[in-house]
Amino acid sequence: MLAKVWARVRRVGCALALTVYAALGLALLILSVVSLALIVVWVGLPLIMVCVPAQRALANQHRRLAGWLLGAPIRSAYLRVDERGLVARPVALVRAASTWRDLSWLLVNSSVGLALSIGAIVETVFDLLLFLPGSVLLTIDAHLIRGMLAPSERAELAKRVQDLTESRAETVDTQAAELRRIERDLHDGAQARLVSLGMSLGLAEERLEADPSQARQLLAEARAANSQALAELRDLVRGIHPPVLADRGLVGALQALVLATPLEVELVSELSGRLPAPVESAAYFAVAEALTNVIKHSTATRARIELSRPDARLLVHVSDDGLGGADPANGTGLRGIARRLSAFDGRLEVSSPTGGPTVLSME
Amino acid sequence: MRVVLAEDHAQLREGLIRLLEAHDFDVVEAVDNGPSLSRALLEHRPDVAVVDVRLPPTFTDEGLRAAIAARREIPGLPVLVLSQYVEQLYARELLADRRGGVGYLLKDRVFNVAQFIEAVRQVAGGGTAMDPEVIAQLLSRRVADQPLAGLTPREREALELMAEGRSNAAIAARMFITEKAVAKHTNSIFSRLGLPPSEDDNRRVLAVLAYLSDR
Repeated sequence: MLAKVWARVRRVGCALALTVYAALGLALLILSVVSLALIVVWVGLPLIMVCVPAQRALANQHRRLAGWLLGAPIRSAYLRVDERGLVARPVALVRAASTWRDLSWLLVNSSVGLALSIGAIVETVFDLLLFLPGSVLLTIDAHLIRGMLAPSERAELAKRVQDLTESRAETVDTQAAELRRIERDLHDGAQARLVSLGMSLGLAEERLEADPSQARQLLAEARAANSQALAELRDLVRGIHPPVLADRGLVGALQALVLATPLEVELVSELSGRLPAPVESAAYFAVAEALTNVIKHSTATRARIELSRPDARLLVHVSDDGLGGADPANGTGLRGIARRLSAFDGRLEVSSPTGGPTVLSME
Repeated sequence: MRVVLAEDHAQLREGLIRLLEAHDFDVVEAVDNGPSLSRALLEHRPDVAVVDVRLPPTFTDEGLRAAIAARREIPGLPVLVLSQYVEQLYARELLADRRGGVGYLLKDRVFNVAQFIEAVRQVAGGGTAMDPEVIAQLLSRRVADQPLAGLTPREREALELMAEGRSNAAIAARMFITEKAVAKHTNSIFSRLGLPPSEDDNRRVLAVLAYLSDR
């Protein structure tokens, strides 16, 4: 009962909000038209830089409200505008198809939409007071918003192409950087050790008869160089693809990782069977990076890793009881995680209020 | 002493056979894959098996799995596992049955022939031989734990050597102290870990490792 009343109260609020937004939209529409007209005397250009983002924000607010009313979220698919110039950027914004779509929607929303939402206020208030069945006007308004603002298939595809192009470029960059690092590590590490090993062996061979005790010492040095080369190769291999990941899959490798972590870590997994190798690898390194962050920054005493597979997705949560305040914009580690995941259309969400706890959700 | 050897890399296999036979071990069979290893272990019931972790056909932890499975059939079958890398997880699985006769070493340790042969003998005798790297990982992980945080550096050193499977005499020689001093260290370690003192060398090591890996 109380819940029903509350739902109705919220619909009143929604109608009020839509009315206020529609009025704001009217003002924005006028400002936008003026800005467009003023482009000829240049003044319009900076105004456009303000108007278009405002339109998008307002449209997104409408998408959110209408999505809530209709019980199904409405996506937005604005292409990123990469142009940076003082002239180039506004021009690109004006040329974007979405800008004109938003403008025509503003026109409709400030007339029909405004009328509908004012009507809806009256209607929802009556619904609330007299317990009438439902508010038609509000629903019509929501349908109107969805009809005009839901992205077309074409727009969604264009957005997806843009996202994929970007993530592919990042993946290629990351891989190139990795290969450079491996090359450098091999060159400075194992390769150099093997050279010194060869030298020790050569000298030992030469000294074998003349000075057996020195030869013995050289052989011992060769053995040490050999051990070091192996240790360095081992570390390198671990960084490329941990053997335990190949042996045991994601869950086993994470168990091994947890054992080697100086923290109380709980691992909860709903996974059965193996995942595709690249996904396992990306998820493993993402969790490893996350745990490193926990140890380095959070002063947490315990952490928790949760793995689940709703539908065909892989969800990974890493949480801790530390200080919080993690910011993906600041940490190269978190950015690295996001980059690794982007190659698989994956996403990273960080919730880390100051004071903790920090929760990383990877999908 | 009869040995079954499993190593898929031909050169390494030949090298190990030569090395073992030079030290009076009798290599009754040398195999190069997991299924053959399982069969050989059950068929020969060797005094000790020297096993590479990674073997065909899967090239994953085939050797380890075969060794653990064989120990389920023949409890306490001495197995020394060799690997290019060490994982605490695997050490723990090997030690899980708490029967001893288990070794887990990096392949590099073969370079020090005397020490390697000592480790094989130790395992064959029902003792343990854990790679120093496993011990180091265990100890670094346990730094935050109260009981171990209280150990002095010398005690820690003694614990490391003990976990590697060394006798009090060997620890004394390594640390340049008397056996009596070693006994003092070990007793202090045990009292800190809350373990009752015991005369049996291997049981002590196992108890320490079990304590370290279980918590």
